[in-house]
Amino acid sequence: MPELMQFLLSGVTVGAVYALVALGFTIIYNASDVVNFAQGEFVMLGGMITVFAFKAGLPLPLAALIAVAVTAAIGVALNKLAIEPARGAPVVSLIIITIGASIFIRGVTQLVFDKQLHRFPAFSGDDPIRVLGATILPQSLWVIAGALAVFVGLWLFFTRTLMGKAILATSNNRLAAQLVGINTAWVMTLSFAMSAGIGALAGVLVTPITLVSYDVGIALALKGFAAAMLGGMGNPKGALVGGILLGLLEALTAGYISSQYKDAAAFIVILAVLFAMPQGLFGKKSTDRV
Amino acid sequence: MLTVEGLRSRYGRIEVLHGIDLAVNSGEIVTVVGANGAGKTTLLRCISGVQPVTGGAITFRGDVITTVPGFKRLRRGLAQSPEGRQIFTNLTVEENLRLGAFLFSDDRVDRDMEDAFQMFPILKQKRNQAAGGLSGGQQQMLAIARALMGRPSCLLLDEPSMGLAPILVQQIFDVVSGLKKLDVTVLLVEQNAFGALKIADRGYVMETGRISMEGPAAELIADPRIREAYLGI
Ligand SMILES: Nc1ncnc2c1ncn2[C@@H]1O[C@H](COP(=O)(O)OP(=O)(O)OP(=O)(O)O)[C@@H](O)[C@H]1O
Ligand SMILES: [Mg+2]
Repeated sequence: MPELMQFLLSGVTVGAVYALVALGFTIIYNASDVVNFAQGEFVMLGGMITVFAFKAGLPLPLAALIAVAVTAAIGVALNKLAIEPARGAPVVSLIIITIGASIFIRGVTQLVFDKQLHRFPAFSGDDPIRVLGATILPQSLWVIAGALAVFVGLWLFFTRTLMGKAILATSNNRLAAQLVGINTAWVMTLSFAMSAGIGALAGVLVTPITLVSYDVGIALALKGFAAAMLGGMGNPKGALVGGILLGLLEALTAGYISSQYKDAAAFIVILAVLFAMPQGLFGKKSTDRV
Repeated sequence: MLTVEGLRSRYGRIEVLHGIDLAVNSGEIVTVVGANGAGKTTLLRCISGVQPVTGGAITFRGDVITTVPGFKRLRRGLAQSPEGRQIFTNLTVEENLRLGAFLFSDDRVDRDMEDAFQMFPILKQKRNQAAGGLSGGQQQMLAIARALMGRPSCLLLDEPSMGLAPILVQQIFDVVSGLKKLDVTVLLVEQNAFGALKIADRGYVMETGRISMEGPAAELIADPRIREAYLGI
């Protein structure tokens, strides 16, 4: 029993990380139908910038804040320099551009910072908390709380605010969005800033557990992408549930079968789900009709 | 209220508007009729600022707006219900209407929405359904209602009767002629020349990117050339 509890706790922790990455995908996807594969680099940047700002002597909260702000600015630059000039290109080309951008960001990070693994202190110490015979790190609770907070924030943003609706409207029909007075270029800027900021926040929260180096982004982007597909791309609820499910699947497979099989098991389940429900668990069916 | 002078526009290297002159006075319903491919939609897209203009000028309520970006033109009172309706299919009927009033967040938004529901009661019934699931006629109503939510002083309508059953066509034309009472000036583009000229004050006939005839709607309906070419009589 304590064994199962331990697997569940570590699964939820890893799942919350995936959920945070997946949540970052939703905004840009909702605004433009683009799956931004540089999302993992935003997570990495959040961690790396915090590490170096903290090393330079800034207090940790300030270092984290700077990391989120700088990463958001990098997100905006990505949109202005790489996505916007390719306006009108097919979505697949835009996705390939984001893959290129992620390679570029990784390279520059390696030059500006270094290739080492880094960490900064956990927010509330490293003493494990006992839960029903198992243990969980205080930082894991931070990660889980962060994922929940971002989820609630995004959910409210997309369902309750006019600006959130304007983002959905822009991706649904850009021409009509302009005709009702929405500045669609600004919607894109905002989306990239928000997605990058959320990615950086994820990096800040997980670095004390997983450590960070210039190349951690790719794996995170892939797992976050898998989680988002599982839950239904574009839906915050899907990102949260998809992330947690993926984390649990991996932890249980690793625990009861073998850690060698954890990725394979997760992907088999995802493929099975997508086979039965191509839109993911919470994906919206497109209701276009001519 | 709206003046277009020598307007030219092109898609790539092909010019499709070769110098259009047209004027709409405050309170009028003016229609532009013309065959398939004449350039009517391109003209409205230029006026709304979502299509590059290569020559000429557009003046609206005294200001030259030729280079004002599209998203800023509704602020000046110029709305469009575009060809093909272009509703937000993934959002609900009510969300579509709310976005029509994207520029506003005052009490009038709710009142305008009630007015829209009064104008088109079927939309009220379906207010919480995805707009993509509406029938063609209902989508057209939604497109017009959404444009009116933006509080326009001038409404550009692109083929509102396209693809609708005859009974709905009449209902839509009735709504358009009723816009006069709401102090909304109308520029109506139609292939259904007869229906449009019947409710319009004045009309323009457009042929391959040029205005070929203009005049009071009643005169155009009576003109033998128009009867033959566009009314099939
Ligand atoms: N996106 C486009 N790219 C290239 N050419 C276009 C494009 N849209 C329209 N055209 C061309 O421009 C000309 C005018 O088209 P437009 O759609 O303005 O005509 P229209 O009068 O609205 O026709 P309809 O009554 O069929 O709506 C046509 O010859 C058309 O083929
Ligand atoms: Mg047309």
